[in-house]
Amino acid sequence: MIQEDALVLDQKQISDKYFKLTLKSQFISNNSKPGQFVNVKVSPSITPLLRRPISIHKINKENNSFDLLYEIVGAGTEILSKRKVGEKISVLGPLGNGFTIKNTPALLVAGGMGVAPLYFLAEEMKKASIDAVILIGGKRSDSINCEEDFKKLGFNVFVTTEDGSKGEKGLIINLLRNHLNRQAIYACGPKAMLKEISKMAAHKKIGCQVSMESYMACGIGSCKGCAVKTKSGYQMACKDGPVFNAEEIIW
Amino acid sequence: MVKIAGIEMKNPVMAASGTFGNEYSKLIDINKLGAVISKSVTLKPKAGNPPPRICETPAGMLNSIGLQNEGLDAFIKTTIPMFSLFEVPLIVNVAGETIEEYVHICKQLSKHSTVKGLELNISCPNVKKGCITFGIDPKATEKLVKAVRKSTKLPLIVKLTPNVTDITQIAKAAVKGGADVLSLINTVLGMAIDIKTKKPKLANITGGLSGPAIKPIAIRMVYQTAQAVKVPIIGVGGITTVEDAVEFFYAGASAIQVGTGSFIDAQAIIKIIEGLKRYQI
Ligand SMILES: Cc1cc2nc3c(=O)[nH]c(=O)nc-3n(C[C@H](O)[C@H](O)[C@H](O)COP(=O)(O)OP(=O)(O)OC[C@H]3O[C@@H](n4cnc5c(N)ncnc54)[C@H](O)[C@@H]3O)c2cc1C
Ligand SMILES: Cc1cc2nc3c(=O)[nH]c(=O)nc-3n(C[C@H](O)[C@H](O)[C@H](O)COP(=O)(O)O)c2cc1C
Ligand code: FES
Repeated sequence: MIQEDALVLDQKQISDKYFKLTLKSQFISNNSKPGQFVNVKVSPSITPLLRRPISIHKINKENNSFDLLYEIVGAGTEILSKRKVGEKISVLGPLGNGFTIKNTPALLVAGGMGVAPLYFLAEEMKKASIDAVILIGGKRSDSINCEEDFKKLGFNVFVTTEDGSKGEKGLIINLLRNHLNRQAIYACGPKAMLKEISKMAAHKKIGCQVSMESYMACGIGSCKGCAVKTKSGYQMACKDGPVFNAEEIIW
Repeated sequence: MVKIAGIEMKNPVMAASGTFGNEYSKLIDINKLGAVISKSVTLKPKAGNPPPRICETPAGMLNSIGLQNEGLDAFIKTTIPMFSLFEVPLIVNVAGETIEEYVHICKQLSKHSTVKGLELNISCPNVKKGCITFGIDPKATEKLVKAVRKSTKLPLIVKLTPNVTDITQIAKAAVKGGADVLSLINTVLGMAIDIKTKKPKLANITGGLSGPAIKPIAIRMVYQTAQAVKVPIIGVGGITTVEDAVEFFYAGASAIQVGTGSFIDAQAIIKIIEGLKRYQI
C-alpha cells in the first residue's frame, strides 16, 4: 500500500448522482486486485476529516491510472465530485483483501453502487476465461450503472429495478432465483441484500463472497473502528475484508 | 535526542495509543518516531463493542472501540517480539478493571526489555468497568498509581481524561502516587444522533471525541496542569500539523502524541518531526 497525492486525469458525471474519477498512480494501477479499495481524502481541509473508502473500479494499464465510480450520498462524495482535472487528491491504497477468483462459472450480483468493484472483477474473469453472469439491481433506472460495460466484456447482464423503470420490476433477490445453477457468487451492495443472497447461497450450497461496508477511519487495520461481526469474532472490514465468505458473517 | 520519563527518544513526538499499529510501518519509517504507544492492553482478550464503532463529527470523530485487544498473553507472545524488530521505543498502554489487574499487567510487562515505559490508561470512556472510574476520582487515581509504582521500575506515564471538572486535582493525585509523567488528554465523551433514523450513530450510544475539534480543550488542560504539577507533560488531542504541536509546547508540554492525525495523513507524524526542527523548543 501507498499514500500518495494522485493527479486527477478525468472526472465525468455519468448521471445525476454518479461520477467516474480517473486518478494517476503507477503503484495502485499495478498492484491492485478486484475488491480492493482506496481511502480517499476528498479535500485537504479538516471538514470532512476522515478519508472515504471507495472501491477500485477499473485499472487503466495504458496510462498507469485507475477509475473510481461513486455516488453522491453526503458531504464527502459531494466535495469529491467537485475536484477537477489537474488537481491532486490524496489516496491510500490499495487496501483490503479483495475477491478470491474461483475457476468456475460465476454469478456477480450488484446492488446499486455495488457494481463498482464487480466491474474490475468481471474484467479479470474475462482475462482468465471464466464465464460470468451479472445481475444488477437498483431503485430506479438511473441507479443502474455499467450495464453496457459488462456487456462489452461479452457477459450476460440482467437488470432489475424496484419501480420497474428498467429491466424487470422487483428486487434483485427474485432475479437471483433464476441463476442458482452457477457455482460461485460474488456480491456487493446494501447489507440487507447481501444477507438475503448469503441465505440463498447457503441453502443451495454455492460458495459466496460478499463485500461488506463499514465506517472506516485508518483503513489499514490500526484503529479497530470498522468491525464486522463474524463467526471468529470481530474482523476488520478494511484489513480482513472487505470481502468475506458469506457463511462467516453473523448478520 | 530527548529524554522523556528517562526514556531516550530521537524526538518528542509519539504515536498515540489505539491509533497506531505496525501497519503504519508500511507507510512510514517508524524508527523516526520518538516512541510508539501501544493500543491498551488488558488482562484478558477484549472483543470490543458492537459496530458501528466510529462516526465523523465536525472536525473530529467519535469512537467507541471498547478497548478491543488481544490480551496480555498474546501481546507478550506476538506484539512485543514484533516491536523488538524496530529501534523505536515501545511504551505499553495498560488498562484494567481493578488495581490488582493493573499491577499484574505492569509486573509482567516489566520483564521484557523491549518495553521501555508504561502508560496507564485511567481514561477510556468506552468500557463499563475500571479505567475511567479511576481517572475521575483523585483518591482512586492516587491509590492505583501508588500500587503500580511499587510493582515496576519502568518509567510510568499516567494518561488523564478530560471528562472531569478539575483536571489539576487528578493530575496532582497521579503525581502524588508516583507518576513520572502525565499524558493528556484522552477522548472527550460525546454523542451523535442520526436525524433520519432518530437513533444514536454509535451502537454504544456514546463515544470518545478526538481530532482537531478537541485541540482547544487539550491545550487548556495541558496549560492548567503545567501550572499545577512539576512532572513533564505529554500533550495529546487534535494534533495534525507542526503548528498544532508547537502550540502544545507553548502550553507547557514537553512532548506530544499524534492520534487521529495519522488516520487523515499517515505522514503527518513524520512531517511534524521534520517541521519541529525549524522551531527552538
Ligand atoms: C470498502 C468500501 C468500498 C466502497 N466503495 C464505494 C464505491 O466504489 N463507490 C461509492 O460510491 N461508495 C463506496 N463506498 C461507500 C462510501 O465510502 C460512502 O458512500 C462514503 O464514505 C460517503 O461519504 P459522504 O461524506 O459522502 O457521506 P456521509 O455524509 O458520511 O454519509 C451519507 C450517508 O451514507 C452512509 N455512509 C457513509 N459512509 C458509509 C460507509 N463507509 N459505509 C456505509 N454507509 C456509509 C451514511 O450512513 C449516510 O446515510 C464504499 C465503502 C466501503 C467501506
Ligand atoms: C480509534 C481510537 C482508539 C483509541 N484507543 C485508545 C486506547 O486503547 N487507549 C488509550 O489510552 N487511548 C486511546 N485513544 C485515545 C488517543 O490515544 C488520544 O488520547 C485521543 O484520540 C486524542 O488525541 P487525537 O485527537 O490526536 O486523536 C483512542 C483514540 C481513537 C481515535
Ligand atoms: S478502519 Fe481502522 S481498523 Fe479498519
